[in-house]
Amino acid sequence: MKTFGWIVAAAAAAAALGLAGCGESEQVIVYKQGKYQGKPDTRSWDNEPLPAGQGGGNWNKGDRTSWEEQIKNRQLAQHEYKRVGH
Amino acid sequence: MARMKFLVDAERCIECNGCVTACKNENEVPWGVNRRRVVTINDGVVGAEKSISVACMHCSDAPCMAVCPVDVFYRTEDGVVLHDKDLCIGCGYCFYACPFGAPQFPQAGAFGLRGKMDKCTFCAGGPEADRSEAEFRKYGRNRLAEGKLPACAEMCSTKALLGGDGDVIADIYRDRVVRRGKGSEVWGWGTAYGPGKAGAQPPAAGGKS
Repeated sequence: MKTFGWIVAAAAAAAALGLAGCGESEQVIVYKQGKYQGKPDTRSWDNEPLPAGQGGGNWNKGDRTSWEEQIKNRQLAQHEYKRVGH
Repeated sequence: MARMKFLVDAERCIECNGCVTACKNENEVPWGVNRRRVVTINDGVVGAEKSISVACMHCSDAPCMAVCPVDVFYRTEDGVVLHDKDLCIGCGYCFYACPFGAPQFPQAGAFGLRGKMDKCTFCAGGPEADRSEAEFRKYGRNRLAEGKLPACAEMCSTKALLGGDGDVIADIYRDRVVRRGKGSEVWGWGTAYGPGKAGAQPPAAGGKS
């Protein structure tokens, strides 16, 4: 009789443990905004212009405005109506 | 502020693949990787065949940047989307997220093992010393740091592929559309001002558009 009691207790414990697996716990995904993890990069206008004769632009090192100005002139060379003077 | 973009004029592209070749040559892109490619629709159909050159479009809100689990992407001050290859794990999420198929993966080993992602850099190199050997080996030529534009756009013989500050190249393209008198629907003129010829007066208030 005592053994039977143990068996019932063990079965009850196993059932309780087994049913616990059926429980549904709330899962909330927290979106985390990523942040660049790599190495820092230098900026284009922080370089010296190429030596004359190598086809590069001409700007003052570290001066973003002068770099943008020369790259804009280069972009406008793609406008053939202006390039050939129509 | 400059915001570097590409713009392709489908009326002008003649599918010569000069942009693809220029990119491969300028950046010494490895075999099996194409940073740029020309896509043609209605191939062989007279009058309906159109080609465009496609590469990374350097999105303002880039999906690749959003999905990368190791956050290797960054955007430069002039709007170019670049990445650090040293941290790339080759998972391929960026490839699935990109609507243009821009991220490319060299086959680095057996069983389809993917290498580190490679894509168009707008000829702006990457996070290594500008114009250095290390930068060239990993990312290709840094033409922006030389005061030049991407090789593909500068090489384009018909100037179908425009590259540069979005405002400037949009002005160039708009001028073309107005001069040739067609293609405004591609530009969005019709959406903005209703059907009709580019430069036409907008419909009167209350009238049908």
